[in-house]
Amino acid sequence: MEALLAVIILLMIAGSIYTLHARDLLSAVIAYGITGFGLVICFLLLKAPDLAIAQIVVEIITLIIMIAVIRISTREDLTEGATIKVEGVRYVNLRSAVYFVTGLLFVVGFLYFFVKSTLNLDPFGVHSARMAQVYLEQGVELTGSANLVAGVLFDFRAYDTLGEATILITAVVGILTVLRLKGRK
Amino acid sequence: MTGMTNIVKTVTRIIGGVVFLFGLYIVTHGHLSPGGGFAGGTIIAGAFILLVLAYGDNIMHLRRIKEESSALENIAIFCILIMAAVGFLLGTKVFFNNFLPIGTAGQLISAGIIPLFNILIGIEVAAALFTIFLAFVIFKEEEK
Repeated sequence: MEALLAVIILLMIAGSIYTLHARDLLSAVIAYGITGFGLVICFLLLKAPDLAIAQIVVEIITLIIMIAVIRISTREDLTEGATIKVEGVRYVNLRSAVYFVTGLLFVVGFLYFFVKSTLNLDPFGVHSARMAQVYLEQGVELTGSANLVAGVLFDFRAYDTLGEATILITAVVGILTVLRLKGRK
Repeated sequence: MTGMTNIVKTVTRIIGGVVFLFGLYIVTHGHLSPGGGFAGGTIIAGAFILLVLAYGDNIMHLRRIKEESSALENIAIFCILIMAAVGFLLGTKVFFNNFLPIGTAGQLISAGIIPLFNILIGIEVAAALFTIFLAFVIFKEEEK
């Protein structure tokens, strides 16, 4: 099974590399589908049907929504160079400079917190997930839910689920706000 | 927004209801089998998106159903909060307390508030994704 997983993951990597470099955005979105559906097969092979169902339906819906976005915007990739030439003089493109600096700051901050948090972890191979053991052994009796994933998501960790639902609300509010600017003009 | 060809319309007429029912099944059996509110809600949203894409609609009606679905989404998440608060007020002081009787595991009506949460999350996710799709469609229509 590891060999099969490795083949699928290589295919996913190829799909994502093509997605980054494709000139036509529509073919980029289709190639991005390779990554998503490969992940679905990986989840099924690793015996996680809950995740597989969620992944496959979300993949299809995001494909539709991204094609809708491409229809209302543009099909070609409009990347800017690092420098702009105005009247024979080369200037640094301010936007790409801002991208670069922000990315660098995020990488440094992420590395800092990563090192800081890994210092407090257990040594490799030893884990002390006491709550997980309780969930596995008594989850069905405590929640009454035959599907343990639903029991954890909606009973033990219901607060997390509320946060996930709030993320969707925030996304909808953001999209409606951005798309309304044109209507008000 | 114009619809698609007769082939797509006929296939949608046959398949649309089945897709919607499958979404309902995934949502209501979330505590028994794999799936749950998020996956089932997305399938229900997919059924509605299929109908809009295949048959098309005029923009005034699309605007109205966008308002309705965005209202439905907010009502669903408000109900989730109310149920969490009810769980807080009854019994032990825990947010999202499972205050209904648990019943026997494996039956359709069991697990206290988990099926209700699944249904509400399903409504919320379906309405949210459908609203996002309709927002893009209406934007495209207004551009013309």
